[in-house]
Amino acid sequence: MNSFKGKLFTCFLRMLITMERIVKKHKLAIRWFHWINFPVLALMIWSGFLIYWANDVYRIGFGNTTLLKFFPKQFYNLLSIPQRLGEGMSYHFVFMWLFFLNGALYLLYTGISGEWRELLPGKSSFKEAWQVMLHDLHIRKKVPAKTKYNAAQKIAYTAIILMGAGSVITGISIYKPVQFGWLCWLCGGYETARVIHFTLTIGYCLFFIIHIAQVIRAGWKNFQSFVTGFETAGTIPDLPEENNQTNTTAN
Amino acid sequence: MEKEILFTKNQVRRKTIIAFSVFIFLMMAAIAGWMYVKNLPLDNGLLGGVQPPIRKVLNLNEKIFSRSLDSTHLAKTYPLSFAVKKVRVNGDIGLGEGFDPATWKLYVIKANGDTLTLSLEDIKKLPKTEIVYDFKCIEGWSQVTHWGGVKFSDFAAAYHLNIEVSMKYVGMTTPDVEYYVGIDMPSALHPQTLICYEMNGTPLPMNQGYPLRMIIPVKYGIKSIKRIGTMYFDNERPPDYWFERGYDYFSGL
Repeated sequence: MNSFKGKLFTCFLRMLITMERIVKKHKLAIRWFHWINFPVLALMIWSGFLIYWANDVYRIGFGNTTLLKFFPKQFYNLLSIPQRLGEGMSYHFVFMWLFFLNGALYLLYTGISGEWRELLPGKSSFKEAWQVMLHDLHIRKKVPAKTKYNAAQKIAYTAIILMGAGSVITGISIYKPVQFGWLCWLCGGYETARVIHFTLTIGYCLFFIIHIAQVIRAGWKNFQSFVTGFETAGTIPDLPEENNQTNTTAN
Repeated sequence: MEKEILFTKNQVRRKTIIAFSVFIFLMMAAIAGWMYVKNLPLDNGLLGGVQPPIRKVLNLNEKIFSRSLDSTHLAKTYPLSFAVKKVRVNGDIGLGEGFDPATWKLYVIKANGDTLTLSLEDIKKLPKTEIVYDFKCIEGWSQVTHWGGVKFSDFAAAYHLNIEVSMKYVGMTTPDVEYYVGIDMPSALHPQTLICYEMNGTPLPMNQGYPLRMIIPVKYGIKSIKRIGTMYFDNERPPDYWFERGYDYFSGL
């Protein structure tokens, strides 16, 4: 066979049988939970701001010095928040059901499927998370060890679920402080429950910022896998030096 | 561990396109659904209200949460020393200038159409109940305050309003009918619900609804109408000022 014919042949073969190696990364259920939660939580936060505006007493500061007021006037006006308490409450108490059910189903699913094992931080996670942070900030070169998720991810994804549970519990305490008086008491009373509920919301906003930054950093392929569920990991066989080895490992 | 599968390039492309199409379609559908609901006409016309599907859920919430509303669920009470001296004043609708305390009477419209006309003295003759509790405003603030008056249930018993309290709602309006509330009967008959004439041991100030107001610890303050003029009973929801403006009818805590 002359070389031209040979090349043509391998080119044809490549078109016909080149296979992409596919790594299944995220289960359909997890993707659904995530992408339902995203708009629902966004609506909960937004309607929460509409409610908070009516009694916006929180600030960061000491004595009479205020470093950060929640929230500055410009922020309210930008999102046209003022004078919409009733509207905010009505949306909040509708979407709370979706937020709660979606979160409860997520817990149930990860619990039963065993996927919680990939998510729950272990003993070494907190130390490793520090290394992840140093690496992500380009202070440390060595790539930290990871399984499906690295230690920082494990902590973040577990913390955000605990925060969600905290929002539900403090939320019920504020919503029905008489009928769920015992829960309100557990949260440290009505006012404290409201402070915690608000703080958790700020926590989501901070989580969101870091989350988006990390997703951008991880690149398009990673993002795509959270929609499609899989990630491509190169092609096999690498023609023309065809061998069966990769095939067997893939099986 | 993560599983590896083999696909042809075409298969990968197809699967990716399908996944993204479904993803984008569902996101658009969610946004379209939200915009649709948000732009529906509000259920109280020009006054406001909320969109009918949203109202349905709010009414369902009331059903779910009011089920546990009975005399075993009491609002937390406090020792007298916890009560603040400077009580916050928040709303003066129905407390207009033209009010003459001397001519004030409480009108109770009974089920048979008769009207009971009562003076403040008539109310004060009934057994007195005091409560110190954390008054909660729908705006989000709360304040431990001290109130005195007659339990609504004692009042109903004293005036033999048996048929009346077997109805679903009690409606109340200010003398000028500027402010009005509807209260579900279980909340009205709740052991902590007062027809109130005293704050901090002294007669109600004008801005707190002199001479008579409601104190309903199991509801937000919007339901604790100041300056009751007329009281009536109904099986349908009586008109409610803040309900008409987009708030929950029940507003229970």
